[in-house]
Amino acid sequence: MSTWHAVVAILGLAVITVATRGFFLYPDRELPLPVWLKQGLRYAPLAALAAVVAPEILMQQGHLIATFKDARIWATLAATAYFFWRRGILGTIVTGTLVMVALRTGLGW
Amino acid sequence: MTEATLSSPIWRHPEFARGAREMVGVSMGIAAWGLVTGVAMAKSGLPLSLSILMSLLVFAGSAQLAALPLLVAGAPAWMIWAIALCVNLRFVIFSAQWRPYFAHFPRWKRMLHGYFTADLNYVVFMARFPQPKPAPEQLPYFWGGIAVNWPSWQLPTLAGLLLADAIPTQWGFGFAGILALLGLMYSLLTDRASWVAAGVAAAAAVATVALPLKLNVVVAIAAAVAIGLLMDHATPATIKPMKDET
Repeated sequence: MSTWHAVVAILGLAVITVATRGFFLYPDRELPLPVWLKQGLRYAPLAALAAVVAPEILMQQGHLIATFKDARIWATLAATAYFFWRRGILGTIVTGTLVMVALRTGLGW
Repeated sequence: MTEATLSSPIWRHPEFARGAREMVGVSMGIAAWGLVTGVAMAKSGLPLSLSILMSLLVFAGSAQLAALPLLVAGAPAWMIWAIALCVNLRFVIFSAQWRPYFAHFPRWKRMLHGYFTADLNYVVFMARFPQPKPAPEQLPYFWGGIAVNWPSWQLPTLAGLLLADAIPTQWGFGFAGILALLGLMYSLLTDRASWVAAGVAAAAAVATVALPLKLNVVVAIAAAVAIGLLMDHATPATIKPMKDET
């Protein structure tokens, strides 16, 4: 890996950030997206979150978790309980993380 | 038009404070995640100066982590870019939803806004402004969120890069990033259709997790959008669409 190769690659990655996040923002004219697609896209944020979160919580090296001795399960349960009790995201994060760190450092899960 | 109404600086607008405030909750998760990303970058073998350059310019955590091993191994640039492109595909979908809010700006301004639209800004903004039409308070709200989100990501990433050996990542606090996403996801579960869509997306993502380049996320979004459309069009009007209320 030469430094210049890396710098060019990194600059290209920055361009890709702009190109993907700005994909439908670039054209001056409205792109004719079908109405049904525009309607359906309102499920996209929720779907993206669920799709990122589910494998991180439920899977271990490509397989579903098969043990209860996994700190992620208990951290997720605690965070979930907090959220539906108080509806605050900060408290959800703090509760889950505390359970996570306690089980990892205390029990080695 | 929008600019003319903002005669005072944008950060004095009350919506700027609101945008910042509504980002603070999730920013702790972003920060923990940034820290872990910084440590991972430091341990990848990429020189510090290049890691800092990458973090500051690329500003897309999962694409950075996907590109790193290839970059360190000296893979050709096109391959690195192809990977990042696939990991970032979800942003293409998001950009279609940003368009109605930003369409009246000149192109350079649209693209500048686009650059900063990370996942969490997208979710929080769309929850605040469910109607896809421009309004003067959107710009200050947007930048208020960025003003919290950007440093909450960048500073911990830098800290992770510089202090990699001193940070006990085995404690698992990087999980805070996932918990932030989880909390945001719960806050979007407003009706039965949204629960079903989230369940379908989660199942699809788990079932297709073996796909390379995080393409399972794209599959899951497509599946959830399809099932959402089915529910919106095949059920009586008793079920309100998820974001058409307020």
